[in-house]
Amino acid sequence: MGLIASFGKYLLFIADVFRKPERRSVMYKLVIKEIYELGFKSLLFVVFVSLFVGAVVTLQTAANMHGSWMPRYLIGFATRDAILLEFSPTIISLLLAGKIGSNIASSIGTMRVTEQIDALEVMGVNPVTYLVRPKIFALMFFNPLLICLSMFGGVIGGWISGTLSGECTSAEYITGIQYDFIPFKAIYAIIKTILFAFIIASVSSFHGFYTQGGALEVGRSSTRAVVFSSVFIIVTNYILTQLLLN
Amino acid sequence: MIEIKNIEKSFADKKVLKDVSFTFEKGKTNLVIGQSGSGKTVLLKCLLGLHVPEGGIINFDGADIVGKSNKNLKYLRKQIGMVFQGGALFDSMNVEENVLFPLQMFSTMSKEEMLQRANFCLQRVNLENVNHLFPSEISGGMKKRVAIARAIVLNPRYLFCDEPNSGLDPYTAILIDNLLQEITHEYGMTTVINTHDMNSVMEIGEKVLFIREGKNVWEGTKSDIITSENQYLQDFVFSSELFKTIKRFHK
Repeated sequence: MGLIASFGKYLLFIADVFRKPERRSVMYKLVIKEIYELGFKSLLFVVFVSLFVGAVVTLQTAANMHGSWMPRYLIGFATRDAILLEFSPTIISLLLAGKIGSNIASSIGTMRVTEQIDALEVMGVNPVTYLVRPKIFALMFFNPLLICLSMFGGVIGGWISGTLSGECTSAEYITGIQYDFIPFKAIYAIIKTILFAFIIASVSSFHGFYTQGGALEVGRSSTRAVVFSSVFIIVTNYILTQLLLN
Repeated sequence: MIEIKNIEKSFADKKVLKDVSFTFEKGKTNLVIGQSGSGKTVLLKCLLGLHVPEGGIINFDGADIVGKSNKNLKYLRKQIGMVFQGGALFDSMNVEENVLFPLQMFSTMSKEEMLQRANFCLQRVNLENVNHLFPSEISGGMKKRVAIARAIVLNPRYLFCDEPNSGLDPYTAILIDNLLQEITHEYGMTTVINTHDMNSVMEIGEKVLFIREGKNVWEGTKSDIITSENQYLQDFVFSSELFKTIKRFHK
């Protein structure tokens, strides 16, 4: 019953996000600021993780192909598909749910417990539109770019580790990543990313917004935001894969 | 003028406000006093429309706000300034941006006019050369003054303050009290101040409402307090040795 009530509250919260903002010009500035704060500041982290995971995926694929009749270019092919279909859109989104989600929940939660949200409300500013909408828009816009960069980083990481370890030649790897490429897979990944970005921003904001109490509760909201965002991402991933790929 | 009649408010089974009636007068500093947990903040939040009372009327110059939606309250909220207990300044903005914020959201002024107005308000609360400091870089008293500047920047008709001098040293507390009174007289605002600081009551209590366990048990002016026979009020106001001595001296 509690979960259903919370879900209903979440839907009403989302409806509030799409109300008309007080000032459009202010909203544009806020979206730009959030793109920088939430998206741009995650660039290095995403590239770093992607490079290494791409490298590991390549080495593991190569290890599983040892002594088999399969051509070596399949190492590049498997790395590309693993990164494109699952690693970049899903795993990076899960990592971002931790990094960005906790940031959103704790910043909004702190605003709640220090009465800053009450101050907005008293001034006649809709706090949901003002605080949450720019975060959702910024992430839905910037996360696909981050994920594309992650895909690129993962493939490059795989190429570096594959060629450095001698598991495949540069030509074999490049042939592999071009082999049987279906553009829809990239579209599928982007669709997933946009939805996951919405989940991260909205679920985390929801938990931060309804924080009650003090610093301890802000921490709890932050944890709940990461857990619920991750669970929603995993479930949505399954549903989307079923709908779009099968 | 704000008139409240028979306000009732409960949380779960607990009745926090019981049949509270009072008139907050225009151009005066109206103080709501009472012990912690007596219902002062709940009353203030009802006045601000942050809590909806179960019963009663809250009239802002004739307009009842009870049960009104946020959309309908929007117009009124632009005429309200609020100073929160901790200041509630936006951490991500510096002093100037905090004061500019209501102007950016609601005024049609040009950038220069907004800046002029913000600087005027900051000067009015005796703050200079702090425009580019962040709330974490200024003292508690300065935060309160910035909060007052932000509250008055849109020239509100009503000013609400929740314990504006809590956590301040006596000297700064009196400065803040006097500032609030000066501003109230200067702009002819209806000012409502929640406090349990007896210095404030004796300094600026032009009209005082004493709440005990959610009920209005006494009302009057600061000079009526000393002569009042109300035992609850006497116990509350003259609980400290200093005030007991003053009372004896007065008699």
